Amino acid sequence: MESRVQIVAILVTGGLFVLVFELVRRRRLMERYALLWLFAAATLLGLAVWRNLLETIASAVGIFYAPSALFVIAFGFVLIMLLHFSLVTSRLADQNKVLAQRLGLLQQRLDELEGRQAELEPLGELEHRMPSRSH
Amino acid sequence: MTRNLAIVPAYNEAGAVGSTVAEILQHTDFDVLVVDDGSTDTTSELARRAGAVVVRHPFNLGIGGAVQSGYLYAYEHGYDVAVQVDGDGQHDPRHIRMLLEHLRTNPSLDLVTGSRFLVRDEEGYRSSMPRRAGIRFFAGVLSLVVRRPVTDPTSGFRMVGRRGIELFARDYPHDYPEVEAVLLLHFHKLRGEEIPVRMRARTTGVSSINASRSAYYMIKVLLAIFVGLLRARPSIEAGDRAAVTAEHSI
Repeated sequence: MESRVQIVAILVTGGLFVLVFELVRRRRLMERYALLWLFAAATLLGLAVWRNLLETIASAVGIFYAPSALFVIAFGFVLIMLLHFSLVTSRLADQNKVLAQRLGLLQQRLDELEGRQAELEPLGELEHRMPSRSH
Repeated sequence: MTRNLAIVPAYNEAGAVGSTVAEILQHTDFDVLVVDDGSTDTTSELARRAGAVVVRHPFNLGIGGAVQSGYLYAYEHGYDVAVQVDGDGQHDPRHIRMLLEHLRTNPSLDLVTGSRFLVRDEEGYRSSMPRRAGIRFFAGVLSLVVRRPVTDPTSGFRMVGRRGIELFARDYPHDYPEVEAVLLLHFHKLRGEEIPVRMRARTTGVSSINASRSAYYMIKVLLAIFVGLLRARPSIEAGDRAAVTAEHSI
């Protein structure tokens, strides 16, 4: 593998690793979603540094130009992450639906209870309890 | 004395919801619940003024989410029978009594659906030609799967007993739920039947299914049918965890 390609690959994957780590450190990215990213960045960085391994993998699966193997592996990670986010989105959408339904049902119950309370208590007593601003 | 609830899902149906509620109250002894699915017009207010209890979503969830809220309400308030009536005036509330009678006289039944295609004469509303072809296609597929004649799989005019209420409160399909709900009942070994009713053309509003969406609808429902066949149903039973799918990540 040409050393220019190797240097660029190391810089890019190393930068990705540092970026993800920094985002987790600043609590912008939750650890549970960062794990996959960190694993992907570490793997790619390792392959970029250790070029013998990359060349072994490339020739094993029949890729003549070793840096292409790096792209193939990176693409695999991207696919897995997209699927992962689809799962996360599905779960969030479902939880969101449950929350919206519960909110509607609770609001209805609250309105009903408040209506019943207003009927039970005479108006004067209710006003008496409210903190008045004129004082 | 059994307690009966009419569930009316409504999204921007200010033009029809008031009269629908009033008609149900006039012709039946059902309590009326309007599920306002995040309408931006006066649907909630008109429904309440007509005498309905209103559950209002903070934003639009779609017909599946709205109907399920109705079943949740029915479940939590201990109703024995729930009937779905569209808020756009397509379903004639006078037929609710027919559905109820059929459910009562056949205690083994869990679901009674009003079918517009069982009506012999050509009167009444039957929707456009291509849509009817699509409906007939699904009717054929569904009939094969559930091994009973289904003629109107997209009918939202349906009545369920307590077991159906319990099932739908836990698990109800999302986007275009009518066809999938028939399957869901079947996989949970609940029994359903159809009786003929005459439907009316909607008085206001537009159908949620237009020409460009109908292709998507067909594919989506077909996928749902085959996934449903392959899935190890029943997926959610009493005592299971919350009705949230995709609980685990990869």
